[in-house]
Amino acid sequence: MKTSTSLRSLLIAVPVMTLMACSSGPSEAELAAERNRVAAEQAAAQQAAEQANQEQVRLEAAQRLQQAQEIAEQERDELMSMQTVYFDFDRATIKADFYNVLDKHAAFLVKNMDQTIVIEGHTDSRGTPEYNIALGERRAQAVETYFLNAGVSASQVSVVSFGEEKPAVTGTSEYAFAQSRRAVVVYK
Amino acid sequence: MKKYISQTTILIISILLCVAIKAHAQLNIVITEGVDNATPIAVVPFGWEGEGILPGELSDVINHDLRRSGRFNPMNMSQMPQFPRDISSVNYQSWVDKGINTIVVGKVKELGGDRFQIDFQLIDTQAGSQLEKSGQMLLDGQLVAGQSQLIAGRTLTVTGRDFRQFGHRISDIVYEKLTGQRGAFLTRIAYVAVRDRETVARPYQLVIADYDGENELALLSSKEPLMSPSWSPDGNKLAYVSFENGKPQIFIQDIYTMSRVKLTDFPGINGAPRFSPDGKKIAMVLSKDGNPDIYVMEIATRQLTRVTRHRAIDTEPSWAPNGKELVFSSERGGKPQIYRVNLETNRIKRLTFEGDMNLGGTITPDGTELVVVNRTNGNYHIARQNLNDGAMQVLTTTFLDESPSIAPNGSMIIYSTLHEGTQVLSLVSLDGRFKARLPGVAGQIKAPSWSPFLR
Repeated sequence: MKTSTSLRSLLIAVPVMTLMACSSGPSEAELAAERNRVAAEQAAAQQAAEQANQEQVRLEAAQRLQQAQEIAEQERDELMSMQTVYFDFDRATIKADFYNVLDKHAAFLVKNMDQTIVIEGHTDSRGTPEYNIALGERRAQAVETYFLNAGVSASQVSVVSFGEEKPAVTGTSEYAFAQSRRAVVVYK
Repeated sequence: MKKYISQTTILIISILLCVAIKAHAQLNIVITEGVDNATPIAVVPFGWEGEGILPGELSDVINHDLRRSGRFNPMNMSQMPQFPRDISSVNYQSWVDKGINTIVVGKVKELGGDRFQIDFQLIDTQAGSQLEKSGQMLLDGQLVAGQSQLIAGRTLTVTGRDFRQFGHRISDIVYEKLTGQRGAFLTRIAYVAVRDRETVARPYQLVIADYDGENELALLSSKEPLMSPSWSPDGNKLAYVSFENGKPQIFIQDIYTMSRVKLTDFPGINGAPRFSPDGKKIAMVLSKDGNPDIYVMEIATRQLTRVTRHRAIDTEPSWAPNGKELVFSSERGGKPQIYRVNLETNRIKRLTFEGDMNLGGTITPDGTELVVVNRTNGNYHIARQNLNDGAMQVLTTTFLDESPSIAPNGSMIIYSTLHEGTQVLSLVSLDGRFKARLPGVAGQIKAPSWSPFLR
């Protein structure tokens, strides 16, 4: 016998609906429990999502920090190859040739405020040792002033003069003299 | 607590750094220019009454001392006509015939127990020969008895170790009797030796030695520079600058007990320490107040007085013998020149005007001359300037001269110079006539400081 589909659905639906309408249904307590259960599930899901989010943030922050450190190291390494500026005989003025180098150091120091440096001042061996201590200090101070003007904090910079006591090249050739007349930026 | 720690630190540093070792370098004095009119003299080898060989040198020491002073030309042993041991066996004419008017004779007798008796006599052979010729001399009818040919004579008991020092003492007596000037042969020098910085762990050394380079003693060996040793007037201490803590600090060290004290640790330069003539103060250079200036510190109280207040470099203070004035180098006039400041009135006066610049000024012990490093036409020479009339005389022909220090009898100057690429010490007499180089071995020798008279 071919019962129509709709008739069959009705045959199923009606008793179910009747059963639903007529049965006692879930009690208030059961409904409340159900609501609580769902809420708890939702809360747990949300917490998990938040934790995952925080973890992600941490990871990204760590990555950024590492990247920044790597960049800083790279920059520092680059700066290590250009630590020395040279001076003319009996002079303590910074020559324009070295502005670029000093600017790079200054930029690094401004960006990395917990980095400290010592600027060493040196001279060639002509003149007397104590006068050369004073001249060496003047050279180191010239570099210090340059950095301060570029925004480097004074607390990051200190100065020491070795005069003629630590020549870069021993001897009395013009080359040895020229190489010794210098200020060196030493990273601590 | 803090004081205890710092004292312990000083002790530890002293133990680590103060090494009393005999340095290998010996300063052998090489005479580069002699004095033509040096007085001929003969130091007869001393007689020896004892077993074995003489425990130390005597005649050699005296010969070298007198020769280096530039005032004497001692005769070679091979040319001596005789070898008397005391005045009674001197043949005066034999010496006068050889052009020697003064001789030194002596003898050493072993007493036992490492004790020796030394007799010596300084004899005027000219006077002796005249007395011989004339037989007895009559003066106002009176017989002149007595030994006018004996200028000086001593008898002393010494131990074997003291032979060298006693030799210097005899030289002092001879020098004083014949020139009228006090001898400086028992004095010492302090200097900085810099060994090979590539291979030696502690290449910077503070060294003291007899003025002739013997009996060297390294007081300190350091990884970092040492500078500007200065003797205390009692000869017991040295003040100097040390960079051992990464920056310049002034220390005072007792050369006998080896104890050392850090005197200054101001920010910036702590440099050029100089003891005052009364030993109670130290003049120094500090840049803590903005730029290098001269200060005087009272050692006992550490009280500091500022002497110069000028934005130009002021450095290299040096005391006048009267203890009331300092000379110092200053750029206040443009190029560095020497100025003098009266410590009571604070009046400052420029002293030097010759050449491109003048640095490193020191006043002679008699207060009449200023010794400087003068730069003219790019050459750095030692020069002296008379403080009365300003007349300047260049004394040296060596190159890149610096750090002159004057002997306590004012007769000679020791300074640092360059010879064949190495820094060495050199001597020049105050009149510029006598010169000698002291070749150093294994390193650069610099910053010499001549001690006061030591007795």
